[in-house]
Amino acid sequence: MQGVADKTALQEIPRQTFRRLAWRRFLRHRLALAGAVIVALIVLMALFAPWLAPHEPNRVDIMLAREGPSSGHLLGSDVVGRDVLSRLIYGSRVSLSVGLGAVGIYVLIGLVLGCVAGYFGGRVDMLISRLVDAVLSFPVLMLILVIVGMLGPSLFNIILALGFLGWPEVARIVRGQTLAVREELYVVSSEAAGARSSRIILKDVLPNIMSPVIVNATFGVARAILIEAGLSFLGMGVQPPTASWGNMLNDAQSLSILETMPWMWVPPGLMIFVATISINFVGDGLRDALDPKLS
Amino acid sequence: MSDLVEEKRPVLSIRGLNTVFKTDLGRVKAVDGLDLDVPAGATMGIVGESGCGKSTVGLSIMKLIPEPPGRITSGEILFEGEDLTKLSNREMRRIRGNKISMIFQEPMTSLNPVHRVGEIISEVIRAHQKVHRKLAWEKGIDALDKVRIPSPEIRINDYPHEMSGGMRQRVMIALAICCDPTLIIADEPTTALDVTIQAQILALLERIKKDLGTSIILITHNLGVIAENTEQVAVMYAGRLVEYADTATLFDAPLHPYTRGLMLSVPRLGGKKDRQSRLNVIPGLVPNLLSLAPGCRFADRCAQAMDVCQRSEPEISIQDGKHLVRCWRYA
Repeated sequence: MQGVADKTALQEIPRQTFRRLAWRRFLRHRLALAGAVIVALIVLMALFAPWLAPHEPNRVDIMLAREGPSSGHLLGSDVVGRDVLSRLIYGSRVSLSVGLGAVGIYVLIGLVLGCVAGYFGGRVDMLISRLVDAVLSFPVLMLILVIVGMLGPSLFNIILALGFLGWPEVARIVRGQTLAVREELYVVSSEAAGARSSRIILKDVLPNIMSPVIVNATFGVARAILIEAGLSFLGMGVQPPTASWGNMLNDAQSLSILETMPWMWVPPGLMIFVATISINFVGDGLRDALDPKLS
Repeated sequence: MSDLVEEKRPVLSIRGLNTVFKTDLGRVKAVDGLDLDVPAGATMGIVGESGCGKSTVGLSIMKLIPEPPGRITSGEILFEGEDLTKLSNREMRRIRGNKISMIFQEPMTSLNPVHRVGEIISEVIRAHQKVHRKLAWEKGIDALDKVRIPSPEIRINDYPHEMSGGMRQRVMIALAICCDPTLIIADEPTTALDVTIQAQILALLERIKKDLGTSIILITHNLGVIAENTEQVAVMYAGRLVEYADTATLFDAPLHPYTRGLMLSVPRLGGKKDRQSRLNVIPGLVPNLLSLAPGCRFADRCAQAMDVCQRSEPEISIQDGKHLVRCWRYA
């Protein structure tokens, strides 16, 4: 039975799929690996916040206000006596929701518009490309401030504002990639086989353009976390009593706290720093691992 | 045998086809007033130099001319009682890959690298037949078996990069035949392959034609391929059909000076003055399609050109019943 012999022979050769190759390259990237571990820890922290937090994060205890670190409150307490460590743990939920929510929204919009523009070309492309130019020429932070100001500051509104303003960059990348992939012979041969445009976009174009989009999205998560922190610091973001790393920093606007009570602002500041830099390392690693030119 | 073939009605008739590309420099008529019948159950070759419009004919039939810049400006392409040029995109999709399918030159890049071979084939099958995913997969294995891929039930799980060029071209052929088409357009199917694989692929196409009764249009610049694998030949030059005949007739008695030039340009083993004689070349270049002179398009390169050739273009004339030629010498 020749078929059986072939079967065993073929199975002994490990498949060198692109995914496997990319994964190996990613593992070789030390910083990216460390970043991925830290990001995973932060995700776990957000998921299991209620079990990890030693205290109720929003419980006010004026008697405890501005207490330094102690055995009962490892990172001390804030101006109204809430446990800083618990708030820090809960704050990761806000940062991750903003990062994933906003990026999820804008990647989706960017993918759809970019694919449509790149694949169909012509007038549709003109229209979408000019829309991209228009949105890109707005000062984003000002616009977010205005939107949040009008809709009212809240986690949900920040996600929406960031999500609906972030897509042009993705759309541009996707359009460019789609233009290139569209000329590939396998797209022409799919057309010759009678595939519909929607099928070709989903099956032929999308899988071949995802690498730069994934990389861009990773950096986008870090950027969204930073913007949320900035907005909350300014009081335009997540509103107390909900804890976010940004609005915890808000307390440091007072000079006496800045000078004498570092436990209130160093930990959230550090968390923002660690989270964004870890995500950016992951993005770097992904960019190198997914680059088809290196192999 | 060839008599039998000619009695049948053609599967595809092209009448007065004009395909035009608009470029920055002007309009280029890549195919100019082409009339052609594709006989049923036979292989018809289209030969010519690069840029003579032979690939454009194939793409025109499939209505895959990139538009803009290209466009079929006039003419009919009759297939199973329908004029393909009048069909909507949706109706064309029903035909592409189903009744007429196409094989391209580059098997290395014609398969999407991110999908398994089986996914690509079953996708095509499911685009045209309402069958369950699993059944489509089975049919895919069948198709791979028909193109002689060993242990198809295993190879169907391969990614394209795990296959050799010849294997991939077999997969392309499997894709082309998986819906039992009436006509296969093979555009330089062996140009990118090495010689031994070329022979295998051509033999496979021949087998498929015999087994499935499919008609084939074989587009190539290689006269050797034409001689061995076709029953009819159309010779194109600068967008025009210049000669059409049975393959045997054409190789026995080529009429058009261009066809004769092409045949003399093929190196032969064991010729008489092998060492001394230089290979014949056709002097000059294909005329620029942007600025065509009024006369015969081959006149400037033709050793037998007459005065009339410079002044006006000859019509197609019929010699010996079936042999068509566009030349003043036979008008």
